[in-house]
Amino acid sequence: MTMIDTTPSRRSVLAGLGGLTFCIAVGSDGVRLMSQAQANALANASVTPWVRIAPDGTITILSAGAEMGQGSMTSLPLIVAEEMDADWSKVAIEWTPADASVYGYKNPIGTEQLMWIVGSRAVQLYFTQLRTAGAQVRKVLIANAAQKWGVDAATLKTEPSVVINPANGARMTYGEIAAFGTIPATLPAVDPKEFKERKDFRLIGKSQPRRDTPSKVNGTAQYAIDVKLPGMVYASTLHSPVHNAQAGIWDPGKQDQSAAAPESWNDAEIKAMKGVIAVVKLANGLAVVADHFETAKAGRDALKVKWTRAKADGFNSDQALADYVRIHADPNAQAAKLEEKGDVKTAFASAAKTYHAEFRSDYGYHAQMEPLNAVVRLNEAGNKAEVWEGSQAPDESRKAVAKALGLKEEQVDFHQCYMGGGFGRRSLGDYAAECALIAKEVRRPVKLIWTREEDIAQGMFRPQSFQCLEAATDASGKVTGWKHCVVGDGEFLLITGIKIPYYGVPNQYIERRGVSHGIKLKHWRAVGHVFNTFAIESFVDQMAVDQGMDPIEFRFERMGATPKARKVFEALAQMSDYKAKRPDGRALGISITERSGSLGAGAVEISLDRTSGKIRVHKVWAAIDGGLIVQPGAAKANVESAIIYGLSSILHERVTIKDGAVEQSNFHDYSLMRMSDLPEEMNVTFVDVDTRPTGLGEIGNPFIAGAISNAFYRLTSKRLRHLPFTPERVLETLKA
Amino acid sequence: MVSFTLNNRQVSVDADPRTPLLWAIRDHVGLTGTKYGCGAGLCGACTIHVDGTAQRSCQIDVGAVAGKTVVTIEGLSPNSSHSLQKAWVAEEVPQCGYCQSGQIMKAAELLAKNPKPSRADIIAHMDSNICRCGTYHRIIAAIQRAAMEG
Repeated sequence: MTMIDTTPSRRSVLAGLGGLTFCIAVGSDGVRLMSQAQANALANASVTPWVRIAPDGTITILSAGAEMGQGSMTSLPLIVAEEMDADWSKVAIEWTPADASVYGYKNPIGTEQLMWIVGSRAVQLYFTQLRTAGAQVRKVLIANAAQKWGVDAATLKTEPSVVINPANGARMTYGEIAAFGTIPATLPAVDPKEFKERKDFRLIGKSQPRRDTPSKVNGTAQYAIDVKLPGMVYASTLHSPVHNAQAGIWDPGKQDQSAAAPESWNDAEIKAMKGVIAVVKLANGLAVVADHFETAKAGRDALKVKWTRAKADGFNSDQALADYVRIHADPNAQAAKLEEKGDVKTAFASAAKTYHAEFRSDYGYHAQMEPLNAVVRLNEAGNKAEVWEGSQAPDESRKAVAKALGLKEEQVDFHQCYMGGGFGRRSLGDYAAECALIAKEVRRPVKLIWTREEDIAQGMFRPQSFQCLEAATDASGKVTGWKHCVVGDGEFLLITGIKIPYYGVPNQYIERRGVSHGIKLKHWRAVGHVFNTFAIESFVDQMAVDQGMDPIEFRFERMGATPKARKVFEALAQMSDYKAKRPDGRALGISITERSGSLGAGAVEISLDRTSGKIRVHKVWAAIDGGLIVQPGAAKANVESAIIYGLSSILHERVTIKDGAVEQSNFHDYSLMRMSDLPEEMNVTFVDVDTRPTGLGEIGNPFIAGAISNAFYRLTSKRLRHLPFTPERVLETLKA
Repeated sequence: MVSFTLNNRQVSVDADPRTPLLWAIRDHVGLTGTKYGCGAGLCGACTIHVDGTAQRSCQIDVGAVAGKTVVTIEGLSPNSSHSLQKAWVAEEVPQCGYCQSGQIMKAAELLAKNPKPSRADIIAHMDSNICRCGTYHRIIAAIQRAAMEG
């Protein structure tokens, strides 16, 4: 896969190819394949090659699966190849351009087309669209062979990359067909009933090696940070320590502070440094541009800046958490209703017993291994820009760059690169837009790299939160009323995973109470699920303990677990030998897990060092219903990865903000899980179902906190109620 | 100008001798398999070998390797044929892949000194290298496989 080549114009790509080129276009009916003739006839339509079959049999399939380690780059073309009946060994993969109108999926919660590979969306949202495309290509190939042979197309079959006539054993390869074949003006329609049956799959459900692996063991995988262009210079940024401030002298009398300028920092001193080319002012910081990165960074480190005021001035995260409690207690506080079912008031008024619990969670940082970076080049006239970035949302990034430069999106070419981790951070294009502004100012290609310290200080975090849960039970112990209030900043980020569709509690009221601190927040591997599932499942466990019931039985009998939920708990119980006695000093805890349409149940076996407060997780089990599993190997790797991500965040990671600034600065004080904390066992299983694929990139994460907390209770009869469970917190809990 | 042996090749880098070796290798020489992760010797993404010992290239001045022998992931084998690289593929270790050059270089140091490491040996040796995707269990499996298959 070549990623540094300048993309030739689409028309020239179409014109220059031998063989069959299927095009894709967007119409009122969504994305569809079309013939080249049809594509060329459509004036001004967005047209790009999607599947190309060369006479030598090579099949090139474009992938919209931004690759951050989850394997989508391989899984998406594989879906096309399955329905095409393509010989996978002859399939080459290329990135699609960043054109969402052509390559996007329909936003499930809107009408627009998106390419965002977020929320575990890639396979689940592209699945049907790509199967249809693959099936159409296969039909065309068969039709061409039928015509050549003078037989009825309906009598023909395919084997990988070969059309076969069972009547006489004649065979024609896809490559041979590509050499003479034509594509009809209107492509054949495909009814989903015509899709391959599961028993006939050759690729789906059968793990294929990921295509990016070989390049990731010899240093050749191209990340944006590796891109080098002729004449390129380097930029290192210093952003305001308090989020969203500007470099400038604060003048309370002035409306527009942005005019305040070089006298607000040691401009002359920096510019006099050897190798420094420029100091560029950005919305929330400064960039030092130099001949090499180390020179730019030295300039950046030497910057002394006066910052304007910002909303987050004086913000203290611990204090804010305390304030959340008051907001929750305030009957006049504004609340957004998220769920209202049945009659909660009556359920509580007539309850045999009520329960109440509170939970807290701190900010979390993505900590993707590749610090944020981008490369941008503008042409001489300044009316054409190229961006190299590893992006979860290339369409969004292209938009951000175009906006920053005052260009139209069509004037920006986006070159996708591998991402050294994404986890939700890489979907805004904010740093690419910064790089574009710098490139515009210095009129040279620029590589911008955020230092790790910048990456943390300017982290867009998983929000912190306070949660209060209440439940009402009837005389039989059944949970009949449920109230959950989450308080914090971050609006939609705060509420993911707060609903409980997997339980059948008849009367529910769920709300969010929002505040705004001016701290940058962002999606983060399952975001709100981390603290919401923790709170929900710890609370459920608390009730199970109170009623003296087995926690799984309690979920079945008293929480009205749905059949889908029962199935994953049953699978979990079996795989973890749930009833077995654990070794001395160890205990098992369980939790449900839910994200992006997938549902699962997880368990951990832990021990505790009561002197240090360190929790050790020895074994982990997860039973997941993710629908049809397209690539079992990659799916398992995703769940394992999210388990480790969960363990790391729940046991180690904590962002605190004091006087408006993030207190952590690198991996010495934002500590990530290392190999020595690896559980001895991780067991992942997928329940066998035929339903459509659902998201699997994050489902391994949400159960970790609840499962650990519930296991901890079994060991100590104490409840951990504040994420993360750092040794200090554990010791405090033990003392309490 | 600093001269040293890089992947069996004599190179001269026209950079301030205080330039971190990481940036000298990546930007001045142009070998980008060695990665920048933290710039503070905390994550191991920039691990390379200097005279056979795994080192954090972000923590060494290029001037300090004058006359020495440096090996990066690109020089570990000519065609991904090192037992660790083969094992890394077989165990499907990489996810985002960004830390893996450093992981492999760190593991190569281990196997050179201890061809049959125990699980505990592996963990003790590799604990300095962070993998945010959490591929630790597969790294262990790959090192064990490489040790067995040679």
